[in-house]
Amino acid sequence: MDNIIEVKNLVKKYGDFTAVDGIDFSVERGTVFSFLGPNGAGKTTTIKMLTTLLDPTFGEILINGFNPVKDEDKARKSFGIVFQDQSLDEDLTAYENLDMHGMLYGIKKSERIKRIKNLLNFVELWERKDELVKNFSGGMKRRLEIARGFMHHPKILFLDEPTTGLDPQTRNHIWNYLKKMNKEEGTTIFLTTHYLEEAEKVSNKIAIIDHGKIIAQGKPEELEKQTNTNSLEEAFLALTGEKIREEKADNLAGMRRHHGHR
Amino acid sequence: MIAIYTLWLREVKKYFRSKSRMIGSLGQPLLFLVAFGFGLSSVFQKAGEGNYIQFLVPGIISMSILFTAIFSGIDVIWDRQFGFLKETLVAPVPRWQIMLGRTLGGATVAVIQGMLVFLLSFFAGFRLTNFSLLLPAAIFMFLVALLFAAVGLSIASLLKDMQGFQMIMNFMVMPIFFLSGALFPMNDLPKILEVIVKFNPLTYGVDGIRGCLGGTITFGLMPDFAILFISVVFLISLGGYLFSKIQI
Repeated sequence: MDNIIEVKNLVKKYGDFTAVDGIDFSVERGTVFSFLGPNGAGKTTTIKMLTTLLDPTFGEILINGFNPVKDEDKARKSFGIVFQDQSLDEDLTAYENLDMHGMLYGIKKSERIKRIKNLLNFVELWERKDELVKNFSGGMKRRLEIARGFMHHPKILFLDEPTTGLDPQTRNHIWNYLKKMNKEEGTTIFLTTHYLEEAEKVSNKIAIIDHGKIIAQGKPEELEKQTNTNSLEEAFLALTGEKIREEKADNLAGMRRHHGHR
Repeated sequence: MIAIYTLWLREVKKYFRSKSRMIGSLGQPLLFLVAFGFGLSSVFQKAGEGNYIQFLVPGIISMSILFTAIFSGIDVIWDRQFGFLKETLVAPVPRWQIMLGRTLGGATVAVIQGMLVFLLSFFAGFRLTNFSLLLPAAIFMFLVALLFAAVGLSIASLLKDMQGFQMIMNFMVMPIFFLSGALFPMNDLPKILEVIVKFNPLTYGVDGIRGCLGGTITFGLMPDFAILFISVVFLISLGGYLFSKIQI
């Protein structure tokens, strides 16, 4: 099996503060990889470096064989992303959001029409395609974002806490889409989440990051064995401790989401 | 190229969708037109400078273009706060194209806004003398719009939130407008003021638009065009560079 993501000795420093401190990991093509850790552990910073939004201070990254710093546009074509905080244009309709995404990714018009119809049906938003996104509920927006992430048939889909704040029905729904896409299209899924039972169910491999360092990685059952526990949640707590973490300023955008929009 | 078109389309669509914004941003230019236009008209006439409305309208058109263009650029800060900026930054498109698309979109919106002010000014008594210069006038308007949309985008690429907004308004946008010859003629200004006005690129936009719409021209159409054109190229390049450096 080949690795679609390779990370070697990745470091990100902000002045004196080291957000990501020399991490190594790899993700096999077509698998579901979970990247777990307490708030402020360095998850989002790592995702930003993998997705060309942030330059690493040090280290190597390969995304589908491309270096996100030097070959940014090729790397960008290889992945889709559902951000932790919402990134739709609320003043456009659901259809327009997907259409503009398709245009930015250079998809032909005839193909866009076909894919948008498929995807909106898939996430059950086709009936509301001409409504402005600002009138959508949180769950609908998430579904739309996931649909958008799949628009250009990415080889990798990054999901940064995709189900936070959603009810169990919607979460269940979203996971059904994701599993289907993972099976049918062979899309590699890179996931961060705080719902550990979710991660335990879907992941082929898990890495746990804390204070910028990867402290354990392997299959869910390997982590449980290693810590002598019976569930991923217990293993996670055994590895990262029970102390509550302070959120960094870095997560402001995520907080704003909970405070509503303009 | 389709990326440039996509971002242009987004700006234009959003503009036509928000009627309140369209009408709201006509308020200030019209207030200036009425208050200054009618208020100072007789003083201007007595000073031997001719009809003030004829003089003022190109300045007010420039003002509404300046404001609309700069703010459409600064809109990027909202996109940063509300997430959409990231969607464009991870798209497989060179960042300068993202910047250029938005600049063109913001500039188009600003020119439409300027045209609306232009049309409304006929109600205030403005008269057009030479129709053949209407196209050159539109070109000048578009250059001013491009220039300040690029300024707005460049600033926005450096700011993280709206905190600095009031400062930009008071220390940049207002001075650019007031010190541009939009409201007063350039002859016999105190030396310091004259130097400042000549360093302000909007001065050449106002001068060019005024020249085309039948008013007095100070620098000449070609020099105005050349200075504006160079400023536009410079600022779009700067903005494109700044966009390529955005880290989130």
